[in-house]
Amino acid sequence: MMSQFLQVLLSGLATGSIYALVAIGFALVWQAAQTINFAQGEFVMLPAFLVLVGLNYFDLPLWGALLFGLAMSILILGAAFKKLVVEPILPHGGITLVIATIALGILIRESVKEFYSAEGQPFPSVLPSDPINIFGAVVSLQDILNLVLSLGIVVLLTLFLNRTRTGRCMQATAQNPAVAEILGVDVKRMVLYTFLINAALAALASFLITPVYLAKFSNGETLGLIAFIAAIVGGFNQIRGALVGGLLIGVLDNLVATYVTAEYRAALPLILLILIILVRPQGILGTPEGRAV
Amino acid sequence: MYSKFVLALSTALLTLVGAAQAQEAVEIGVVVELSGAGAPAGTNWRDGIRIAVDEINAEGGILGKPVKVTEYDTQTDPQISRALVQKAIDGRAYAIWGTIYSGSTLVNMLVAQQNGVPQFVGSEAPTIVEKGNPFVFRTSSGAQKGVPALVPYFKDTLKAKKVGVAWVNNEFGRGGRNVFIAEMKKAGIEVVTDVPSEQAQTDYASDVSKLKQSGADAVFVYMNQEESARFLIEAKKQGLSMPLVGEVTLTEAKVIELAGPAAEGAIAHVGITATADQVEGIAAFREKFVKTFKRVPTHDAIKGYIGAWTTKYVTELVGKFDGEAFSEKMHGLCLPATKYPRILLDTCWDNRGEVSRPSFMVQVRNGSPVVIGTVPAN
Repeated sequence: MMSQFLQVLLSGLATGSIYALVAIGFALVWQAAQTINFAQGEFVMLPAFLVLVGLNYFDLPLWGALLFGLAMSILILGAAFKKLVVEPILPHGGITLVIATIALGILIRESVKEFYSAEGQPFPSVLPSDPINIFGAVVSLQDILNLVLSLGIVVLLTLFLNRTRTGRCMQATAQNPAVAEILGVDVKRMVLYTFLINAALAALASFLITPVYLAKFSNGETLGLIAFIAAIVGGFNQIRGALVGGLLIGVLDNLVATYVTAEYRAALPLILLILIILVRPQGILGTPEGRAV
Repeated sequence: MYSKFVLALSTALLTLVGAAQAQEAVEIGVVVELSGAGAPAGTNWRDGIRIAVDEINAEGGILGKPVKVTEYDTQTDPQISRALVQKAIDGRAYAIWGTIYSGSTLVNMLVAQQNGVPQFVGSEAPTIVEKGNPFVFRTSSGAQKGVPALVPYFKDTLKAKKVGVAWVNNEFGRGGRNVFIAEMKKAGIEVVTDVPSEQAQTDYASDVSKLKQSGADAVFVYMNQEESARFLIEAKKQGLSMPLVGEVTLTEAKVIELAGPAAEGAIAHVGITATADQVEGIAAFREKFVKTFKRVPTHDAIKGYIGAWTTKYVTELVGKFDGEAFSEKMHGLCLPATKYPRILLDTCWDNRGEVSRPSFMVQVRNGSPVVIGTVPAN
């Protein structure tokens, strides 16, 4: 029984770390544009298909296709998203942009379905999937990498934002764009950086999860929703909050499915969301007036 | 002179009207899941139909009239599917082909029934044919026919005393799971663990872990395609050693492609499969499908194809476009493949619209599904 507990705990952490990577994107976009990107799930789905295009249509080797996928993601989901969607729509208000991101999500989803396939596609694993036995529980190198990477990204991103000049300029932009501009911060550039980082993170999450989730046009729907809830649960204005929220949902989902009921596991994130909103609306690590990026 | 001219003109007009009527197309509504979770199944169903319709029209259509298909996307939403069946019927559809998801079919088949329009569905939940709807017809057998065919395999081949069930918690999965548990009870085999999972679930660690701890001799896996593949990947990771046996989807080519080496050894009872290329009609369909769509057809594609051809064969047996007469003819009808080759295998429908035809036991060996046995029609 101990090995079963360890198994579901480790698997939950591995899955939760993926939710965390996606949830960080929600927090970043919120800070940069004061909006919620409801296409975030599709931002994670698309890079995997860009890699498949690199592999199957341009005959690139895996590493080349991954680089192609990363570059295209930064270009499309970072620069183009900011230039073509956020910049023209943001002056019309946050809610308009929220609706625009919902539309964008549908556009990306249906385009992938139309131009690639409605069926799930296999996706090559970056790492060998050989099982590693830890006290009777079995995990893969991929699981461990997911966890290490999401922890590492939270640490690096926090250091970047707090310890570098560019990071502090980004924080200033997030807290008050008008004052930041008066103080000489290139606000537009800082916002662009945020979107580029978000796109790169989405691509990374995509490369890590797709070998297990399989590449499918509809992957973003579930992933986006759970990551959104993870970001709220952890604290929407804290990057480390996204990590905590993601890991919590991943672990609780597995524990509840194993020891309580599997039939209502889909309801768990929603129950958690309601509890957090009632008890601690700012999230576990969030601050009520937080603008920490 | 004048009367001769009028007579000639009238004759010419009548001939033209007759020719136009002969060419008036037969409207068919393809109401199916082209987006949402059911899109993989729905697009295969539609593509199988597209091939069938091309063939039917090339052979003169139905009773001399070309077939015109209008495709409606249900978005895998039961309520939308209901509205679209009504829309297709309002557009003078002679028959409805679809839907596949049982949850949708249960909702929309009432509309076709109320309008007396025959409906061929790809759904496999037992409840579909238990509602007394005389206008609904399956294109492959429901779980209550398919799953019992597995009992001898569990009992005699695997000699299982204890089994586990892993199923997807939707109308399709619940139907198969209920039949399986009832059949195991009858056969005296204990079901030691019952593991439901969600549609589009991605993390199967908990499910596999429970099965691993259950002490089952074999596991019955009843899920949709991608879910089956994710389950197999996790089962391999955790080293689940007991045989994994499914119905239909577990050994589908798409599942093998997605799961890769994790699919090796999986076994399934399959009502109809593109793998059974020893059957001439199936091999020909597969070849045409691969050539047209650059991918291997799933069983849903074959089901769509059979539904379309059955509409042609039965309408021509009836001799007119009459939904009521069509439905009456279908009940208790058997179409032998020797006389009706595009039906692919000898097929019968009972008085509830349930289908019966020979089926196959398939195992994944060296990355390919291999037919390891044939199950006679029940």
